[in-house]
Amino acid sequence: MLEIQHLSVSYRGVQALQNISFNLPSSIVAGLIGPNGAGKSTLLKAILGLIPVQQGQIKYRGATLKQQQRQVAYVPQRSQIDWDYPITVWNVVMMARTPHAGWFRSPSRMSGEIVKEALQRVEMFDLRHRQIGELSGGQQQRVFLAKALAQQADLFLLDEPLTAVDKKTEALVSEIYTELKSQGKTLLVSCHEWGEALQHYDRLLLLDRELIASGSPDCVMTPENIQRAYGTSWHRRRFHEPLETGFYC
Amino acid sequence: MLHWLTEPIHFEFMRNSLIIGVFVGILCPVIGTYLIVQRMALLGDVMAHAVLPGVAVAFFLRVEILVGAFTSGIISAFLIAWLRSQTRVKVDAAMALIFSSFFALGVLLITLLRNKLDLHSFLFGDILGVTMTDVWRTGIITIAVLLLVKLFYKELLFYTFDRLGAQAIGLPVDWIYLGFMAAVTLTIIASMQAVGIVLVVSLLVGPAITAYLLVKELHQMMGLGAVLGVISSISGMYISYYYNLPSGPSIVLVSCSLFILALLFSPSQGLLTRPGTMGGRTSWILQQLQNQKRNN
Repeated sequence: MLEIQHLSVSYRGVQALQNISFNLPSSIVAGLIGPNGAGKSTLLKAILGLIPVQQGQIKYRGATLKQQQRQVAYVPQRSQIDWDYPITVWNVVMMARTPHAGWFRSPSRMSGEIVKEALQRVEMFDLRHRQIGELSGGQQQRVFLAKALAQQADLFLLDEPLTAVDKKTEALVSEIYTELKSQGKTLLVSCHEWGEALQHYDRLLLLDRELIASGSPDCVMTPENIQRAYGTSWHRRRFHEPLETGFYC
Repeated sequence: MLHWLTEPIHFEFMRNSLIIGVFVGILCPVIGTYLIVQRMALLGDVMAHAVLPGVAVAFFLRVEILVGAFTSGIISAFLIAWLRSQTRVKVDAAMALIFSSFFALGVLLITLLRNKLDLHSFLFGDILGVTMTDVWRTGIITIAVLLLVKLFYKELLFYTFDRLGAQAIGLPVDWIYLGFMAAVTLTIIASMQAVGIVLVVSLLVGPAITAYLLVKELHQMMGLGAVLGVISSISGMYISYYYNLPSGPSIVLVSCSLFILALLFSPSQGLLTRPGTMGGRTSWILQQLQNQKRNN
C-alpha cells in the first residue's frame, strides 16, 4: 500500500502541491490527471524523493521509499531523455539491473535473461541492437516500459507513458498494465488521455495543485470537478476536443 | 619513410612528448565522451581555466602543482553545482561566471605572488619541454582515471543517460558527480603540459565528437575516440617537428580535420553520405548499378 499524507511541495518558491493525501492499495492501476502545470510530474518526483518535500509523509508498505528504492520503477517523461545518446535498446533495459549487480560487478547471466524476457514482452527483442534514436516514439516508450519491467519492482510510477505512441503500443501497454495488476503490483500513471481511454484506470486522481477528486473514472470526471480543475465546462471541452490538441490533462 | 618516422624518436624530448601525447590522446576522449553526452562539453574549458589560481598558489608555496590545481578545480565544480541547484541561474551562465572569475583570480595571483610561472606555456602548453616527472605524473593519472571509469562504467552510464532515473533507483548521484568532476580535473592537469589550458577542451571534445558521428554505443565512442586522440597527438607532433610549428595547435587542428572528415563521410550522419542526401543518393545509385553488373 502506498500512503501519501498531507504532502506539500514548493518548488523554487512556487507552491506546486498542497496538502495531498491518498492511499493506493496493491493490484491497482491509478491514473493521475489534471491540466498542464497541475503538478502531476512533481507529485511523481516527490514520491520518488527526487525533489524536497516541504511537508507530509510518503510511505510504502509502512516504510519510507528511501529504504526500498529498488522496489520502485520509474518511467520518466520522454522530454527528459536525450534520444541521441549513444546507447542501444538492450543496454537501456539492462540499466534497470544496475543496483542488482552491485558495485564493481557486471550484471549476472540471470539479469541477461530478465532483460531478454522484458524486451520480448514489449515486442522489442528483435530491435535490441538498434540505437534508441532510430526508433519510433511508440517503440521508445516500449523500451522504457521494458526497463521498468526488468527492474522487477512492485510499485510503478509512469510519467505520461502514452505520449506520442501508436495504437499498437497503446494496446500493448494496456495489456501489460492488466498483467502487472494481476501480479499484485501498484501502478500510478500520469496521463494526458481523455474520454474513453480513462476507463482503463481503476481509479483516477484529479489534480490541480491540490487533489480535487479521487475515485472511479465516472465519479471523478463530473462536470463540477472538471470545471474546478480546468476552468472549463465538460460540454465545451467535448465540443472543442478535436481542435484543442495542445490541451493536455 | 621509415627514417622520416624514426628520426624524431632519437631525441629524448620528442620521446617524452610522444609518450605524453599517447597518454593524453587516450585519456581525454574517454572523459570527453561523458562531457559530450551530458551536453557539458564546455565544462572542460571551464575547469581548465579554473585550475589557474590553484596552480599559482602551489607554485608560490612550492608544493606539487597537481594538488593546487586539483583543489582549485574541485572548488569551482562545487560552486557551479551549488549555483545551479540553489538559484534560478542556469548552468551555462554559472559556468561562464565561474570560469572567467577563477581565471582572473589566477592571473592576479601570479602577479601578486611575483611567480616565475610562465603563463604562456600554461595557456598554450609546452609539450616539447616535458620532463620524466611529467611523463610519470601523466601516466599515473591516465591509468588511475581509466581504471575508475572501468570500475564505475555502468553507474556512470546510467547517471549520464538519465540522472533522475539513476537517483530514483538509489544511485548516489551527488558522489558520482563529485567523482566525475575529480576525473575531469585530473584529466585537465594531465593534458595541461601537452596542449595548454586554452586548447585542452579540443582534445576532450574533438576525437570523442568525431567518434560520436560514427558509432552507436558509449564504450565504442570512448574506444574510437581514444584511437583518434592518439592519431591526433602523434601526427600533430610530427607535423610540429618537421614544419617547425607550435605543437599544441598542430594536435588540435589534426583532431579538427578528423572531425570534418567524419562530418562529411560518416555512413549514417555524414553530410555527403547519409541516406537522403545528394551524395547518399549518388552512392546508392552506384551501388545498385554495381549489383546489376554483378548479376549480369
